[in-house]
Amino acid sequence: MALDRIFNIAGSALNAQTTRMNTTASNLANSGTVTGKENEAFRAKRTVFKTILEQQQKPHEQGFAGGVRIEKILDDPSPIRKMSEPNNPMADKDGYVYLANVNEMTEMVEMMAASRSYQNNVEVVNTTRQMLMRTIDIIKT
Amino acid sequence: MEMIDKALGVHAQALGLRSKRMEILARNIANADTPHFKAKDIDFKSVLKQTKESALNTTSNLHMPMPMEEDPGGEKFRIPFNASFDGNTVEMNVEQAKFGQVAADYQATLNILESRVSGIRRALRGD
Repeated sequence: MALDRIFNIAGSALNAQTTRMNTTASNLANSGTVTGKENEAFRAKRTVFKTILEQQQKPHEQGFAGGVRIEKILDDPSPIRKMSEPNNPMADKDGYVYLANVNEMTEMVEMMAASRSYQNNVEVVNTTRQMLMRTIDIIKT
Repeated sequence: MEMIDKALGVHAQALGLRSKRMEILARNIANADTPHFKAKDIDFKSVLKQTKESALNTTSNLHMPMPMEEDPGGEKFRIPFNASFDGNTVEMNVEQAKFGQVAADYQATLNILESRVSGIRRALRGD
Protein backbone atom coordinates (compact mmCIF):
# COMPACT_ATOMS: atom_id res chain seq x y z
CA MET A 1 0.00 0.00 0.00
CA ALA A 2 1.63 3.16 -1.16
CA LEU A 3 -0.73 5.66 0.42
CA ASP A 4 0.58 5.19 3.95
CA ARG A 5 4.14 5.82 2.78
CA ILE A 6 3.03 9.26 1.60
CA PHE A 7 2.37 10.21 5.22
CA ASN A 8 5.95 9.28 6.12
CA ILE A 9 7.41 11.20 3.19
CA ALA A 10 5.36 14.33 3.79
CA GLY A 11 5.99 13.99 7.55
CA SER A 12 9.75 13.95 7.07
CA ALA A 13 9.45 17.07 4.92
CA LEU A 14 7.35 18.79 7.61
CA ASN A 15 10.04 17.95 10.13
CA ALA A 16 12.82 19.27 7.89
CA GLN A 17 10.98 22.51 7.16
CA THR A 18 10.34 22.99 10.90
CA THR A 19 14.07 22.68 11.56
CA ARG A 20 14.73 25.21 8.81
CA MET A 21 12.20 27.57 10.39
CA ASN A 22 13.93 27.02 13.76
CA THR A 23 17.34 28.03 12.41
CA THR A 24 15.77 31.12 10.84
CA ALA A 25 14.20 32.06 14.17
CA SER A 26 17.54 31.54 15.89
CA ASN A 27 19.31 33.68 13.29
CA LEU A 28 16.79 36.50 13.68
CA ALA A 29 16.93 36.31 17.48
CA ASN A 30 20.72 36.58 17.43
CA SER A 31 20.90 39.28 14.76
CA GLY A 32 21.59 41.98 17.36
CA THR A 33 24.33 40.23 19.31
CA VAL A 34 27.79 41.83 19.50
CA THR A 35 31.08 40.38 20.74
CA GLY A 36 34.60 41.61 21.36
CA LYS A 37 36.32 38.96 19.24
CA GLU A 38 35.84 38.27 15.55
CA ASN A 39 35.86 34.47 15.84
CA GLU A 40 33.23 34.56 18.61
CA ALA A 41 30.72 36.60 16.59
CA PHE A 42 27.41 34.89 15.79
CA ARG A 43 27.25 33.42 12.29
CA ALA A 44 23.93 32.78 10.58
CA LYS A 45 23.04 29.08 10.32
CA ARG A 46 21.88 27.39 7.13
CA THR A 47 20.27 23.95 6.88
CA VAL A 48 21.23 21.55 4.08
CA PHE A 49 18.56 19.04 3.01
CA LYS A 50 19.20 15.57 1.66
CA THR A 51 16.92 12.90 0.22
CA ILE A 52 16.54 9.74 2.32
CA LEU A 53 17.57 6.99 -0.09
CA GLU A 54 16.41 3.43 0.35
CA GLN A 55 19.98 2.06 0.44
CA GLN A 56 21.26 4.63 2.93
CA GLN A 57 18.42 4.47 5.44
CA LYS A 58 19.32 4.66 9.09
CA PRO A 59 17.48 2.27 11.43
CA HIS A 60 15.10 4.96 12.68
CA GLU A 61 14.26 5.97 9.10
CA GLN A 62 12.58 2.71 8.05
CA GLY A 63 9.67 3.45 5.72
CA PHE A 64 10.77 7.02 5.14
CA ALA A 65 12.54 6.35 1.81
CA GLY A 66 12.06 9.22 -0.60
CA GLY A 67 11.55 11.70 2.21
CA VAL A 68 13.98 14.36 3.31
CA ARG A 69 16.32 14.82 6.26
CA ILE A 70 18.66 17.53 7.49
CA GLU A 71 22.13 16.50 6.40
CA LYS A 72 24.05 19.27 8.14
CA ILE A 73 23.75 22.79 9.46
CA LEU A 74 26.39 25.14 8.07
CA ASP A 75 27.60 28.59 9.12
CA ASP A 76 26.93 31.39 6.67
CA PRO A 77 30.33 32.29 5.12
CA SER A 78 29.54 35.98 4.59
CA PRO A 79 31.99 38.30 6.38
CA ILE A 80 31.54 39.60 9.94
CA ARG A 81 31.07 43.37 10.16
CA LYS A 82 32.93 45.35 12.80
CA MET A 83 31.84 48.65 14.25
CA SER A 84 33.73 51.27 16.21
CA GLU A 85 32.00 51.61 19.58
CA PRO A 86 34.58 52.53 22.22
CA ASN A 87 31.94 53.00 24.92
CA ASN A 88 30.58 49.47 24.56
CA PRO A 89 31.75 47.24 27.45
CA MET A 90 32.27 44.41 24.94
CA ALA A 91 34.65 46.46 22.77
CA ASP A 92 38.20 45.15 22.15
CA LYS A 93 41.33 47.21 22.84
CA ASP A 94 40.92 49.21 19.61
CA GLY A 95 37.30 50.05 20.46
CA TYR A 96 35.65 47.70 17.96
CA VAL A 97 32.72 45.35 18.46
CA TYR A 98 31.87 42.52 16.03
CA LEU A 99 28.31 42.10 14.77
CA ALA A 100 26.47 38.95 13.74
CA ASN A 101 26.49 38.35 9.96
CA VAL A 102 22.70 37.97 9.86
CA ASN A 103 20.86 39.68 7.02
CA GLU A 104 17.26 40.23 8.16
CA MET A 105 15.95 40.38 4.59
CA THR A 106 17.50 37.00 3.72
CA GLU A 107 16.07 35.49 6.89
CA MET A 108 12.56 36.77 6.13
CA VAL A 109 12.76 35.30 2.63
CA GLU A 110 14.02 32.01 4.08
CA MET A 111 11.15 32.00 6.57
CA MET A 112 8.55 32.57 3.83
CA ALA A 113 10.05 29.82 1.68
CA ALA A 114 10.04 27.37 4.60
CA SER A 115 6.45 28.23 5.47
CA ARG A 116 5.26 27.77 1.84
CA SER A 117 6.99 24.39 1.59
CA TYR A 118 5.42 23.40 4.91
CA GLN A 119 1.96 24.34 3.63
CA ASN A 120 2.49 22.33 0.46
CA ASN A 121 3.29 19.22 2.46
CA VAL A 122 0.32 19.77 4.80
CA GLU A 123 -1.85 19.87 1.67
CA VAL A 124 -0.35 16.56 0.51
CA VAL A 125 -1.19 14.98 3.88
CA ASN A 126 -4.76 16.32 3.76
CA THR A 127 -5.45 15.07 0.23
CA THR A 128 -3.96 11.67 1.00
CA ARG A 129 -6.01 11.35 4.17
CA GLN A 130 -9.24 12.14 2.31
CA MET A 131 -8.44 9.54 -0.35
CA LEU A 132 -7.57 6.93 2.23
CA MET A 133 -10.87 7.53 3.99
CA ARG A 134 -12.78 7.25 0.71
CA THR A 135 -11.01 3.98 -0.07
CA ILE A 136 -12.08 2.62 3.29
CA ASP A 137 -15.65 3.76 2.56
CA ILE A 138 -15.86 1.29 -0.37
CA ILE A 139 -16.16 -1.65 2.00
CA LYS A 140 -18.88 0.06 4.02
CA THR A 141 -22.54 -0.43 3.03
CA MET B 1 -12.88 -15.11 -6.45
CA GLU B 2 -12.35 -15.15 -10.20
CA MET B 3 -15.75 -13.58 -10.70
CA ILE B 4 -14.88 -10.71 -8.39
CA ASP B 5 -11.51 -10.21 -10.11
CA LYS B 6 -13.27 -10.08 -13.45
CA ALA B 7 -15.87 -7.64 -12.22
CA LEU B 8 -13.25 -5.29 -10.89
CA GLY B 9 -11.23 -5.58 -14.10
CA VAL B 10 -8.20 -3.45 -14.59
CA HIS B 11 -9.36 -0.85 -12.09
CA ALA B 12 -7.97 -2.67 -9.06
CA GLN B 13 -4.47 -2.50 -10.58
CA ALA B 14 -5.07 1.05 -11.75
CA LEU B 15 -5.82 2.08 -8.17
CA GLY B 16 -2.48 0.66 -7.01
CA LEU B 17 -0.66 2.42 -9.81
CA ARG B 18 -2.35 5.74 -9.05
CA SER B 19 -1.41 5.56 -5.39
CA LYS B 20 2.16 4.70 -6.47
CA ARG B 21 2.21 7.78 -8.68
CA MET B 22 0.90 9.88 -5.79
CA GLU B 23 3.78 8.62 -3.67
CA ILE B 24 6.29 9.69 -6.32
CA LEU B 25 4.72 13.15 -6.56
CA ALA B 26 4.70 13.43 -2.75
CA ARG B 27 8.41 12.59 -2.84
CA ASN B 28 8.99 15.40 -5.34
CA ILE B 29 7.08 17.89 -3.20
CA ALA B 30 8.92 16.80 -0.04
CA ASN B 31 12.28 17.32 -1.75
CA ALA B 32 11.44 20.70 -3.29
CA ASP B 33 14.32 22.32 -1.35
CA THR B 34 16.89 19.51 -1.57
CA PRO B 35 19.95 20.43 -3.67
CA HIS B 36 20.60 18.19 -6.70
CA PHE B 37 17.27 16.34 -6.31
CA LYS B 38 15.84 15.23 -9.64
CA ALA B 39 12.04 15.11 -9.90
CA LYS B 40 10.55 11.84 -11.13
CA ASP B 41 7.22 10.70 -12.51
CA ILE B 42 5.75 7.57 -14.07
CA ASP B 43 4.13 7.30 -17.46
CA PHE B 44 0.79 5.88 -16.34
CA LYS B 45 -0.33 4.55 -19.71
CA SER B 46 2.83 2.61 -20.56
CA VAL B 47 3.17 1.12 -17.08
CA LEU B 48 -0.46 -0.02 -17.00
CA LYS B 49 -0.03 -1.59 -20.44
CA GLN B 50 3.13 -3.35 -19.31
CA THR B 51 1.43 -4.57 -16.12
CA LYS B 52 -1.37 -6.08 -18.17
CA GLU B 53 1.02 -7.77 -20.57
CA SER B 54 3.42 -9.11 -17.98
CA ALA B 55 0.65 -10.88 -16.07
CA LEU B 56 0.81 -14.61 -16.77
CA ASN B 57 -2.14 -15.98 -18.69
CA THR B 58 -3.74 -19.03 -17.14
CA THR B 59 -4.88 -21.57 -19.72
CA SER B 60 -6.46 -24.05 -17.31
CA ASN B 61 -8.68 -23.72 -14.29
CA LEU B 62 -6.09 -25.61 -12.26
CA HIS B 63 -3.38 -23.00 -12.89
CA MET B 64 -2.73 -20.68 -10.06
CA PRO B 65 -2.71 -16.99 -10.94
CA MET B 66 0.62 -15.21 -10.41
CA PRO B 67 0.53 -12.36 -7.92
CA MET B 68 1.28 -8.95 -9.41
CA GLU B 69 4.59 -7.32 -8.75
CA GLU B 70 4.17 -4.55 -6.26
CA ASP B 71 6.66 -2.19 -7.91
CA PRO B 72 5.99 -1.96 -11.64
CA GLY B 73 8.94 0.41 -12.09
CA GLY B 74 8.92 2.72 -15.09
CA GLU B 75 10.01 5.83 -13.20
CA LYS B 76 11.36 8.56 -15.43
CA PHE B 77 13.09 11.84 -14.69
CA ARG B 78 11.11 14.95 -15.37
CA ILE B 79 12.55 17.53 -17.73
CA PRO B 80 12.20 20.94 -16.05
CA PHE B 81 10.87 23.99 -17.89
CA ASN B 82 13.47 26.20 -16.23
CA ALA B 83 16.80 25.00 -14.88
CA SER B 84 17.52 25.99 -11.31
CA PHE B 85 20.77 27.09 -9.71
CA ASP B 86 21.18 24.24 -7.21
CA GLY B 87 20.49 21.39 -9.65
CA ASN B 88 17.02 20.71 -8.25
CA THR B 89 14.43 19.97 -10.95
CA VAL B 90 11.28 20.16 -8.79
CA GLU B 91 8.94 22.87 -10.03
CA MET B 92 6.40 23.33 -7.28
CA ASN B 93 3.51 24.56 -9.44
CA VAL B 94 3.92 21.69 -11.88
CA GLU B 95 4.01 19.21 -9.01
CA GLN B 96 0.94 20.73 -7.38
CA ALA B 97 -0.98 20.58 -10.64
CA LYS B 98 0.01 16.95 -11.23
CA PHE B 99 -0.82 16.03 -7.64
CA GLY B 100 -4.28 17.56 -7.99
CA GLN B 101 -4.76 15.73 -11.26
CA VAL B 102 -3.72 12.36 -9.86
CA ALA B 103 -5.95 12.90 -6.82
CA ALA B 104 -8.90 13.41 -9.18
CA ASP B 105 -7.86 10.33 -11.20
CA TYR B 106 -7.71 8.28 -8.01
CA GLN B 107 -11.21 9.40 -7.05
CA ALA B 108 -12.48 8.54 -10.53
CA THR B 109 -11.04 5.02 -10.26
CA LEU B 110 -12.51 4.76 -6.77
CA ASN B 111 -15.96 5.73 -8.06
CA ILE B 112 -15.80 3.02 -10.72
CA LEU B 113 -14.70 0.46 -8.15
CA GLU B 114 -17.43 1.60 -5.80
CA SER B 115 -20.13 1.02 -8.40
CA ARG B 116 -18.66 -2.40 -9.30
CA VAL B 117 -18.59 -3.43 -5.65
CA SER B 118 -22.16 -2.33 -5.11
CA GLY B 119 -23.11 -4.27 -8.25
CA ILE B 120 -21.56 -7.44 -6.86
CA ARG B 121 -23.23 -6.83 -3.53
CA ARG B 122 -26.63 -6.47 -5.19
CA ALA B 123 -26.06 -9.63 -7.21
CA LEU B 124 -25.16 -11.57 -4.07
CA ARG B 125 -28.12 -10.26 -2.12
CA GLY B 126 -30.48 -10.98 -4.99
CA ASP B 127 -32.86 -8.08 -4.67
